[in-house]
Parts: sequence; C-alpha cells; structure tokens
Amino acid sequence: MSTGTTKLDVVVSDVVPVNELVTRFHFRRRDGQLLPTFSGGAHVVIEMRDGERTRLNPYSLMGSPLDTREYTISVRRDDVGRGGSLFMHSSVRPGMEMVISYPVNLFSLDLRARKHLMLAGGIGITPFMAQTAQLAADGGNFELHYACRTASLGTYADELTERYDRRVRLYHDDRDERIELDRLLSSQPLGTHLYVCGPSGMIGWVRDRAAALGWPTETVHFEHFAAPQPGAPFEVTLAVSGKTIRVGEQQSLLEAIEAAGVDPPYLCRGGVCGQCETNVIAHDGKFIHNDHWLSEEEHRSCKKIMPCVSRFDGGSLVLER
Amino acid sequence: MAAKSIISRPVYGTLSPQPGKHHLFVADAEGALAISDLAAKAPAGFFADAHIIFIPGNDGKHVAALEALKPAQFYQGPTFASALPRLKQTLANAHMGLRLYLAGTEGLIGQAMQVALEAGIDHTAIQTEHRGSLARRIQCVHCKGITENVTTQPATCSHCGLLLLVRDHYSRRLAAFQGVCINAEDRSEIPPTEEIFR
Repeated sequence: MSTGTTKLDVVVSDVVPVNELVTRFHFRRRDGQLLPTFSGGAHVVIEMRDGERTRLNPYSLMGSPLDTREYTISVRRDDVGRGGSLFMHSSVRPGMEMVISYPVNLFSLDLRARKHLMLAGGIGITPFMAQTAQLAADGGNFELHYACRTASLGTYADELTERYDRRVRLYHDDRDERIELDRLLSSQPLGTHLYVCGPSGMIGWVRDRAAALGWPTETVHFEHFAAPQPGAPFEVTLAVSGKTIRVGEQQSLLEAIEAAGVDPPYLCRGGVCGQCETNVIAHDGKFIHNDHWLSEEEHRSCKKIMPCVSRFDGGSLVLER
Repeated sequence: MAAKSIISRPVYGTLSPQPGKHHLFVADAEGALAISDLAAKAPAGFFADAHIIFIPGNDGKHVAALEALKPAQFYQGPTFASALPRLKQTLANAHMGLRLYLAGTEGLIGQAMQVALEAGIDHTAIQTEHRGSLARRIQCVHCKGITENVTTQPATCSHCGLLLLVRDHYSRRLAAFQGVCINAEDRSEIPPTEEIFR
C-alpha cells in the first residue's frame, strides 16, 4: 500500500462542460456517506482504467472544503498530453464507478499569515477555488490575481468575481493585460504569504521575483504538477525486487515500476512531494531530472531519482527498489 | 557562542546580507560588531535602505561605527523598552521585502523576535547573531514573573523569591527561558550558586 493513498470508491455524480477546454467532474461516495474532510489546496489521485492501461493522475479539489457531500475537479483537455485528460473528457460519464485516493494537501494555506496573496495562471485556478471558499468562510484576508488567455478561457472567473468582487483581479493575455508583479509584491503588508499555481514558467517567474524582492522562502508556496515528460525508452534494474524493467516512451519510471508489480510509495506523482524518492545503486549514463523536490546538488550527485517525473538516458541504471 | 542543548534552546547564526527592499537592524552593545562584519560583505548601497535601532548599553561604544555605515535611519536608546515603540511602529508600517537582522544579547534578540512574530514574520526568516553577554531573561513558572539579566545558576526569582533552576527550555512567545524551583521538596536545601551565564 502506498503512503497516504487509501482508496475511496466513488461514483461520478455529474459531468459539466465549463468551456471549450475544461470539464468539471463531481464524485460522491458509492455508500452514500460523506467524503473525508479536506483543506483548500488538497488534491486526489484519480485512477483511470483505460483498457489495459491504468493512469493515476492528480487533480486539485476545487469545491468548498465545507461541503464534503461531493468532491469536484476540473480537467483541462490536453490534446498532446499523455492521454489522461482526454480519457476524462471522452470516457467518463455520470453514473460511472471510479476509484480515487484520499485527499492529500501539498499546497495548504499557512493560516498564520496576515494576508494571503494568490496568483493563478490558467487551470492553476482550481486549488484557489477551494482555498478562497475556505478563507471566505472564516473572514480570511485574501486577494486573487488570475491570468488567463482570453475571457472565454477564464475558467470560473465569473463565479469568483461574483463571489469575491474586488478581491479578484483578472488579467487577459489577448488584451495585453499583465500582472505588475514587482509592484504587487512590494506593496503587500508584512506577514503576507504568497501562493502561485499555474504553468511552470509563471511559477518560476513569481518565485524568482519574490526571492529578489526579499520574500522569505517560508512565505512563498507553489504547486506545479509536472506531468511526466515522455522520452526515449530505457531499461532499469530493480535491485531489491530482482527485476529488470523497460520504461516505455509514454510511460513514467514510476508507472513502469508499478506495472512490474512493485509498489513504491507515492503521493503527488508530479515531482513535488518527495514520497517516491529512490536511491540509485549504479548508473552508466545521464539523468533527466524533472522534479522540484531534490536539490540541485542532489541532482548532480546522481545518487537519487524521483521516478514519478524523471528519466534516464544511458546504458544501465540500478535502483534500490 | 551559546552551546547546543535541547531543541527549544535557540541557536543563532551569523548575519549576512539578504535580498530585500528594506533592512531593519536591532542590536545592543557588541551586536554592533556583527553589523560591522555584515557591512564588510554587503553590496554597495546596502545601507541606503537600512534602519538601525541600537541600544549601546553602559559603555556607549560602537555608535560612531554604526553611524559611519550611513544607514537611512539611525536610532539609539538607553534600553530595549525605550526602543520598543519605534520597533513596533516600523513593523506595523512595513511591507513584504523588509528583512530583519537581530544581533547582541539573547535578551535583545528574543524580545525583538517576539515583536516581529506578532507582526507576522516567521522566526526562521529572521537573521540572528549572538554577541556579548550570555545573561538570560527567565520566567518563573510558579509566579510567571520575568527576571532580566540572570547570570547565575540557580537564580532567585525577583518577584516571588523562589530559588530557580534556570533551564535551557525557551519560549519564543514569552522571549524567556524557564525557571523552576530547585528545592521544592526541602526549601532549606540551598545548592551552591555559580555564575555561568556571563
């Protein structure tokens, strides 16, 4: 059993198209009970049984944490991705029985903050839907800045504006509206915490500017589920279980290990939580590290790998699994 | 330099210039030397955005050295209490981008940190450097009274008069070490007093 991945048997209670790219999915427990409590920023891992193949993709819970009758996620269709979002869009129907993980929060609010400054890009809005609902219920002090490509792709922008009025500020790429980041970051009262979720370029930009402008690392929170990148197939020897496996082009190393019947710990499957960290016993080749967990020094050391998102290019790789 | 002990006992580092828009220093006595050492490593113009709050203490040394750094604002006062309103006001008006540096005695570092925590700064985001006296600020767990500048083990509570074992157990909320009655079973038992927090 993988850490923190106790399963929930659910039924799809509703499927709602939100705009041309995004569809919302609602889940209820099959036994009619309430779902487990969660906090804003939590995600669940959805098991997608697609013929022979099982995908395990993480999605942020976007409903209010105050209502656990159902969980809701929003999935943006990615036509060139690894197929998880396409499966959700094309195959998941109301009434379908599915299995999801318990919620896990790797992007939680720091409730000691005097103020919460949230920056969302595109579908990165979803964890903030839950966080703003949580804060609003307690009279929490927050401000949300949401960048989207066009008004029609500004998923939930209307709902957020209606709910929170001037606490929400929208930026549309097609109208050349840009977040004035330096000014925004420099005008926040002491005790503000910063949260950013969106494309990796946006997260990198925000983290860099915050660090340069003197925001302590403790006050900067980010979440980026790096979908595993495809790449050239490679072979891996699992020393503990005595197996040699092949990682396919569209498969992550973690998925290949699981397909071989080995059950390593995992939580986020996106290179941020650290659960699947694996020791390298021997290698002859180059690591392709894609995670946000290991330090640069650890990346250079070639002694550890995060199999959920990272790959290998070379002759041989032996892992302690 | 304070020795390592239990986990709640604060450990201090060495001041180093941090990226930021404003730099607020609070120091007493020899803490000034930690600021001077930082100045040697700081980029040009660093002190143009700096504010130094300094409590020189009895000998009144180091004031000229700090003024020579040409901070945007410089304040000196006779005691931490006298500097407190200014510190609170500065933090209340501050924005993210302000970095805080504390240097000097443990009592000064602890009390300034207590104010900073109340203003929303995480204790791990504060630069600290211990210089000078190891005298402790302690809270008597029995009467809750605070006794300043304790240098002996055991020490007498200045409020209720109990003889206290000065522990390494520290409270950031109170900015004080814990003092516990050392002879509760038999008050006539008086252990020898040593001056160990000099």
